Amino acid sequence: MLRLPRFDYLEPKSLKQALKMREASGDNAMYVAGGTDLYPNMKRRHQDPTTVISLANIRALTGVRNRDGHTCIGANTTLTQVAKHRRIKRHYPAIATAAGSISTPLLRNMGTLGGNLCLDTRCNYYNQTLEWRKSIDYCMKKDGAICWVAPSSPRCWAVNSSDLAPVTVAIGAEMALVSADGERVVPAGKFYNDDGIEYLTKRPDEILTELRLPQPNGWDATYLKLARRGSFDFPVLGVAAWIRWDGDTVADARIVLGAVASYPMPVPEAGAAIIGTSLGDDAIETAATAAFKPSKPMDNTDHGLSWRKQMTRVYVARALKELRANNKLI
Amino acid sequence: MGSDRAHDLRIVGTSQVMVDAVSKVTGKTVFADDLQLPQMLYGKLLRSTEPHARIRKLNVSKAVAAPGVKAVITGADLPIPFGILPVSQDEHVLCPEVVRFVGDPVAAVAATSEDAAFEALNLIAVDYEPLEPIPSIDTALESDKPQLHDYADDGNIHKLINLEFGDVEEGFADAHHVREDVFFFQGNTHLAMEQHSATADWSADGRLTLWSATQTPHYVHRAVAKVLELEPSRIRVIACHNGGAFGGKSDPFSHEIAAAKLAMLTGRPVKITLTREEVFYCHRGRHPVLMWAKTGVDESGKILAMHFKTCLDGGAYGSYGVASTYYTGALQTVTYEVERYKFQGARVFTNKPPCGPKRGHGTPQPRFALEVQLDKIAEDIGVDPVDLRRNHLQPPNSVTANWLKIGTIGLGECIDAVVEGAGWKEKFKKLPFGKGVGIACSSYICGAGLPIYWNDMPQSGVQLKCDRGGGVTIFCGSIDIGQGSDSILAYITAEILGIDPIDVRVVTADTDLTPVDLGSYSSRVTLMTGNAAVQAAEKVRDIIAFHAAKKLETEPDKVRFADRSVLAADDPDQRIAFAEAVQLAEAAQGTVGSIGWYKPEKSPGRYRGAGVGPSPAYSYSAAIAAVDVDPETGIVTVPKIWIAHDIGQSINPMTVIGQVEGSVYMGLGEALMEEMVYRSNRNVVHKFPSMLEYKSPTTHEMCEIETFLVGDPDPNGPFGAKEAGQGPLLPVMPAVANAVYDAVGVRVDEVPITPEKVFKGLRSKDHRVGPKSFPDIPWPEPLCIPTPAEGGDGKALRVETAAKA
Repeated sequence: MLRLPRFDYLEPKSLKQALKMREASGDNAMYVAGGTDLYPNMKRRHQDPTTVISLANIRALTGVRNRDGHTCIGANTTLTQVAKHRRIKRHYPAIATAAGSISTPLLRNMGTLGGNLCLDTRCNYYNQTLEWRKSIDYCMKKDGAICWVAPSSPRCWAVNSSDLAPVTVAIGAEMALVSADGERVVPAGKFYNDDGIEYLTKRPDEILTELRLPQPNGWDATYLKLARRGSFDFPVLGVAAWIRWDGDTVADARIVLGAVASYPMPVPEAGAAIIGTSLGDDAIETAATAAFKPSKPMDNTDHGLSWRKQMTRVYVARALKELRANNKLI
Repeated sequence: MGSDRAHDLRIVGTSQVMVDAVSKVTGKTVFADDLQLPQMLYGKLLRSTEPHARIRKLNVSKAVAAPGVKAVITGADLPIPFGILPVSQDEHVLCPEVVRFVGDPVAAVAATSEDAAFEALNLIAVDYEPLEPIPSIDTALESDKPQLHDYADDGNIHKLINLEFGDVEEGFADAHHVREDVFFFQGNTHLAMEQHSATADWSADGRLTLWSATQTPHYVHRAVAKVLELEPSRIRVIACHNGGAFGGKSDPFSHEIAAAKLAMLTGRPVKITLTREEVFYCHRGRHPVLMWAKTGVDESGKILAMHFKTCLDGGAYGSYGVASTYYTGALQTVTYEVERYKFQGARVFTNKPPCGPKRGHGTPQPRFALEVQLDKIAEDIGVDPVDLRRNHLQPPNSVTANWLKIGTIGLGECIDAVVEGAGWKEKFKKLPFGKGVGIACSSYICGAGLPIYWNDMPQSGVQLKCDRGGGVTIFCGSIDIGQGSDSILAYITAEILGIDPIDVRVVTADTDLTPVDLGSYSSRVTLMTGNAAVQAAEKVRDIIAFHAAKKLETEPDKVRFADRSVLAADDPDQRIAFAEAVQLAEAAQGTVGSIGWYKPEKSPGRYRGAGVGPSPAYSYSAAIAAVDVDPETGIVTVPKIWIAHDIGQSINPMTVIGQVEGSVYMGLGEALMEEMVYRSNRNVVHKFPSMLEYKSPTTHEMCEIETFLVGDPDPNGPFGAKEAGQGPLLPVMPAVANAVYDAVGVRVDEVPITPEKVFKGLRSKDHRVGPKSFPDIPWPEPLCIPTPAEGGDGKALRVETAAKA
């Protein structure tokens, strides 16, 4: 089988201890939570930390809390727990749906909310073994100089394939980050970078401790995932749609696309197209077209890129129709 | 063949627990990678990172010196080539000079741990001089000169076949309707759950033992002896239970022979287990095949003439490719009557992992083309596709245009069963847009008529030994790859000797202990080892009956065997225990045992190439698929498949249904998503050699299945049994394609039928997606073989040497 490289494994019991260990180990250390992303990557030699600091035993990072009417989910909460949590299912169904759509039940039992939000960007020139990558002389994301997806481009086009990321951006959630310097809170939209390598604004020494959800009043959101199969697969397109209703009228809206860029990509034009409307078919069609235009999937995931682009239109329309139907039910 | 007591069956035909079921489901079965021997070393293969290159320099000195490393070998250590077919001895355990695909092995390491072996591989420096890579059929055909192997028939064309059975042009001229179509069947791989693994041990006494996850221990035995230049008597090959194989473990492989060589060099056992990525490189899976079919029919749809061309993308080595190429033209004639038939086949070498046999070996591709084309013809001439097929079945006990001798045919019953089960008449052309049904049929061999290498010996042998305690041990070279062949041996023996399957110990797939069986391929095992077992068990039964008769005060031919007893047929109170009867026989004549063997009859075909296609029996299948197509996305889902299989006589209907359901599952993958894709412009790397990105259905994509087992016992099968392991896969892909057409009017003339293709077809003018043309190929002069109807004798007409155009 593929073998893990050798590394020191540390198990801090508190956040403070974890930060200390990180400081002591320097930049060759990495944090791990569920390990469903990092360990396979280490087997393929994508990341080669000499020290791995597990966050698994830090109890403060686990669980769902209510703080000032905001629901806060600890970064170490497993995806299964997020998907099945009663309050999340009732008030934040888009979060529960996205979490429940990730990979397989077994991996959701191990994988965590924080892990999925920080998921390494993916590309089928990158997610390959060392030997495979050697045969194409590597790529710029690891060990090489070129982006094989777009060889004339100066940047890496690896894809943000998190199912949760576009939802957090669409609903306006916030991430709490803790480092030796203290805590800072960033809006989800500012947590991600449009770059396949530097895909997070989080510094390597910072720990994502918590996802803070907005109060669940007056808005609705949904998440639709396009993937080849009903299990295992990363999205080849994710559509997160958020609407604040004023009766039958859209007061505000945000549409965010997943898995078509190196970051969860907001499409403000699509949101703007439906604001002030009662979300009739025409408005939905305009919004779908607005989302379709900037959607630029590359040839580095499953499925053909032009089809994936075409599907943006279909999936955005379906997401909005779902929200319209939900609003009629209330 | 068969048993003369077939009228009174206790076990055969009933659902029985498989003999190894509990071990398998409780995780007790020892698979190849579970083996641990004292002092065992771990081996790994270094594989080429170039698709086509000459090895300029290969420096292993750092690896040899690395901690834990006990031996490093390269091509120079194993210079003798091998290959599964005698005509394609073109592989080396480790490439001596030239690498031919990304993944071709160049060196092997044995070390005290897997980590040490892995680290050592990274210390081997290979300097490659790149050669022009051949990534596709088109590029292979561009060159007149051989670029991969000198022994090819023409340039990069490994094999060329041109066979004509009757004058097809005459047939086309007489036809009411003639259609030409081009199809493409993408390559895909077996995706068995278990990766290949082999462990070798070289004893101080100079004997080699090799345990391997292989379907063909006998052929591995021969290859190991050849490459290592060891007397076969010193080599013992034991095939472990296979965790799935599907054809992917039927070649001798580099890792098997490398493990043996490393064990000999180090004097310690060596295990090599492949990673999943390496399994994608070993491959030997479904050939990508480009096909051109021209069929002429009369007003009713009867096929007057068919001309079929295939071009196979063979990958880097021969493997089973010559046989695969013949198979792409062999079985078109066995389902529906084809009066005149012409077949031209070509296989090209390309710089990709070699293709070989996967479930259905060479026949799913042409079957897809044929069944989709018939669907089109049915529409062209205004006949229901069911009637088109049902009304023109090949008659039973006949000889086809290409000289295949057909026995029983249950295809009519198969069609009737699925047509009724699916409610075809209420659904076909009557469902709302987006929903459709499609039908397809197929046939498969029950064992290849000829062995891989020419010989006059049986294809399967068994030895049977009775114990004084009433147990029976059956020894046979056959290998259980999950299909249940061990169980079949136990059921048949128990049936004939009136004992329970649990009384039968099955010892299989060990070249030291068991008589040769050629292996688990070509759906041959139930029929061939089954017949051998019937023969051996009947011989033992007769011995025991002879000696028990006196005690039972009856005649030997009136002795019956049932309920672990031996009794007088006309006075059932006269009975003794089976064990006692064995003891009587042993007292009278010594150890009670027997042998049985099976060799198929000769086929009537006498032309060059007639060796591929003949079989003692042919199974038949028919399937109707229901599909839902989302016109906005092109996504196809399959809610249900009705499938009927002509099994002759089930030995164990439960395991037959298991094989049918497994076939449907695999067929759905081939129909909808599986494909071996390479990046031609990026060093011809496999696009995604992993189980995550090589897409195969999960339980979510699996459809409901209704299985119908039909057919009458075939006189050539044991108790009348035919095969079930491969045939039922074949109709699935074309049935899905035809159903997609019924649902949305789009013809996808290739597999996989991906959402992209359906989406494109819905928006294109001709509503068709598929290849547009078939390449020009320098066909040799045809071998002309008059058909049986034309009074032929199975031989080709003499070709005038001067007539070569």
